[in-house]
Amino acid sequence: MDTAVTAKKKWWAGGYSPFNVNYGKLMMWYFLLSDAFTFGALLISYGTIRFSSPSWPDPNEVFKSFPGMGHANLPLMFVSLMTFILIMSSVTMVLAVHAGHHRDRKAVAKWLTWTIIGGIAFLSCQAWEWTHLYHEGAWWGRNPFANVDGTVASTNFTNFFFTITGFHGLHVTSGVVLNIVILINVLKGTYEERGHYEMVEKVGLYWHFVDLVWVFVFTCFYLL
Amino acid sequence: MEHTQSSEIIEPVHHDSSTKKIWRTFWILLGITVVEVGLAFLHLETGFPNRMFLNGIFIILTFFKAFYIVAEFMHLGHEIKNLVMTILMPLLLFIWFIIAFLYDGHSWKNMRKDLAPGTKVEAPKAPAAEGHGKHY
Repeated sequence: MDTAVTAKKKWWAGGYSPFNVNYGKLMMWYFLLSDAFTFGALLISYGTIRFSSPSWPDPNEVFKSFPGMGHANLPLMFVSLMTFILIMSSVTMVLAVHAGHHRDRKAVAKWLTWTIIGGIAFLSCQAWEWTHLYHEGAWWGRNPFANVDGTVASTNFTNFFFTITGFHGLHVTSGVVLNIVILINVLKGTYEERGHYEMVEKVGLYWHFVDLVWVFVFTCFYLL
Repeated sequence: MEHTQSSEIIEPVHHDSSTKKIWRTFWILLGITVVEVGLAFLHLETGFPNRMFLNGIFIILTFFKAFYIVAEFMHLGHEIKNLVMTILMPLLLFIWFIIAFLYDGHSWKNMRKDLAPGTKVEAPKAPAAEGHGKHY
């Protein structure tokens, strides 16, 4: 019976990580798993309230503005730009991780810098969107937008929108801070001394998770 | 004994030196987003496809995007099965989570509608006095 197993590697027999990743990376995965449930809880409670409401504001009516375009009716355009920025910054992050595997310090620094710029660009977009909505009269506890069927909407719509995009924005902010810390370490040569750039991978996992959450926020708030 | 990261034995992973795969994933993600936005505009202009069908498409495409981000960008698709399972299995809870809560929300809506003031209450139907009922 045992001979059949020995042909394969005995992952649980001790001596090495049964998950074939280092402790830190595994814990980052578990943290992200717990964070996925936090975001899941927020989005599902949003869905529950939306399902329990007779009518709901039309996202294409609410999110139709673009900076510098005045009152032009441009639904989805600005949020598509934000999505593009975040996907792009995810790509530069993978390229930083990729450069780290090849111990290319300069390239890691370059791609991390682009990732930070992408993160800041996304946050700036969100700041503009929030400010714009605020001036239209939307905030926690205030909702100027009517339901699709013309009835007065409750404040559930704005409460959920600001809470969930705010919580996501907070994640992006901490991601940018982490990226800056990592970039400083890269420039100082900390990882060169350590012999590997695994810290870039760990922070990269967090950054991609933030992108992943945005994919769901984009669908739940802007498309559905 | 001091527990350091370097003391753990990790199987060496082969790192592809080209970035082709990364860019391929990027184009897939971008392409899916463009399709989503395109469908949303098609619906706004023509009312086709209908809302229910469109929402179904959006949710499926969202999961495609999620798959590519997790499998390629987060590299989970290239990790060993033990790690994949320990991350994905707990997420199955979401199946119950979503169905139970959305169903609850839906039933709340119906309850409020049925119990709202002014709602006509149908008189309960008298049991049919047929010969097959209870015998006393």
